[in-house]
Amino acid sequence: MTAADLLPLVLLGAVIGFDTVSFPQAMLARPIVAATLGGALVGSALLGALCGAILECFALETLPVGASRYPEWGSASVVAGAMVGDAHAATVDALLIAVIVALAGAWLGGWSMVQLRSLNARRVRRSQDAIARGDGRVIRNLHLQGLLADLLRGAALTSVLLAIALPLRDVSERASQGLTLSVGRPMLAMVAVAVAVSAVWKHFAGVPYARAIIAVALASSVAWFFLT
Amino acid sequence: MSSPTPALPAHTQLSMLLRLLAIQGSWNYETLIGTGTGFCVEPALRLLPGGRDSPAYRDALARQTQYFNAHPYLAAVAVGALARAELDREPPHQIERYRRALCSPLGSLGDRLVWSAWLPFCSIVALALFALDASPLLIVLGFLALYNAGHLWLLVWGLRTGWRDGLRVAPALGTPLLRQGPTAISRAGAALGGLALPFVFARIAGGGAQDKLMLALVLLGALIAAALLLRLHGRLEGWKAGLLVLSLVAIYSAVRS
Repeated sequence: MTAADLLPLVLLGAVIGFDTVSFPQAMLARPIVAATLGGALVGSALLGALCGAILECFALETLPVGASRYPEWGSASVVAGAMVGDAHAATVDALLIAVIVALAGAWLGGWSMVQLRSLNARRVRRSQDAIARGDGRVIRNLHLQGLLADLLRGAALTSVLLAIALPLRDVSERASQGLTLSVGRPMLAMVAVAVAVSAVWKHFAGVPYARAIIAVALASSVAWFFLT
Repeated sequence: MSSPTPALPAHTQLSMLLRLLAIQGSWNYETLIGTGTGFCVEPALRLLPGGRDSPAYRDALARQTQYFNAHPYLAAVAVGALARAELDREPPHQIERYRRALCSPLGSLGDRLVWSAWLPFCSIVALALFALDASPLLIVLGFLALYNAGHLWLLVWGLRTGWRDGLRVAPALGTPLLRQGPTAISRAGAALGGLALPFVFARIAGGGAQDKLMLALVLLGALIAAALLLRLHGRLEGWKAGLLVLSLVAIYSAVRS
């Protein structure tokens, strides 16, 4: 990753983070999209997609329900996808550190969204009189300021994560020297898919017959995979 | 015979639709999407007698910018209905009461249909495409096209239905899509999730045929770990557990090397 890659990554992270809640909420911020785009920006969409799939397994568990506090996957996934894409190979060290950075970054992103929402509340409180008068200009500006603030939040978060991630690339080799490729990737898969399977169960098990459907589908798939 | 629905100018509809994509832009813990709702209804309010900044416009906009909570996509129903109510000059107290009454159904229906069913289903479709070795372009475009077909349809349907029915929009929320859609989509998601996730595992793990026994054991480990996470439901989120486990692995590996 060169200096020339950083600005486009920050811009991409800003736009993707913006999509999480503000505009247009088209799910560009889902890890499988964001990480793929991050990887593509530094030269490997394929590696970005691999990283994105791992993160998507984790993100499957979290729902962006209004007032609840949830991780902000978008900006963090852009950085993670770029880290793996920059490695130009699906090495264990690149994947492991990228996934850790993304999970921690998503947590930080969720915290940043709470701060932004508190800032929005303070602005609304200050403008209560104008809102009560139906001042269109003030109401429009309040909303646009909220949008701009979220865009800047995404940019700031992406910048912070890149600042953390870039030096980590140099130490990441040591972090996985005890792990060979044949152990490291299955281990990553195990952790990610464990979360995904539990998420599928949690989301759908309350629907009639869904538990049986999951169990039969899982059993069939496992059997087919290992017998063919 | 009921009177025909008055037409909302096309540019006003388009403006409201575009604004609906940004309804959560000023989300906050006090008014939630109140400001956003006012922002979305505002283009229609310019059609009130006296136009922009008239007393009627200001009163209506002040009403529509108060606290409001709904799923961001189904809020389109409210935006259409409340715009119609304002332009029909319905009594203000009735509009305010109806506005409060819309929060709960539009929130719960949207959460059930979109967050708990449609989004996980589309996410699993993307993972299935990944497992099938689809190109990154196909994975990304396939997911976005599928998800947003539902997203945009809900916005357009919601705005039009709300405008058409005004304060009598409640029966439209009983449409089969909103009532039975979540169940059907959830069952499809359950089936696809069960089928796809072992293959997602294999693709991430990247093992060859000679490693199948090891992969089988690790996959079994994943299923056991999933069961453990379900037992801990509410006490520990899976992604946080994953962060902890992977961080410990990284630290252990670095110390060992």
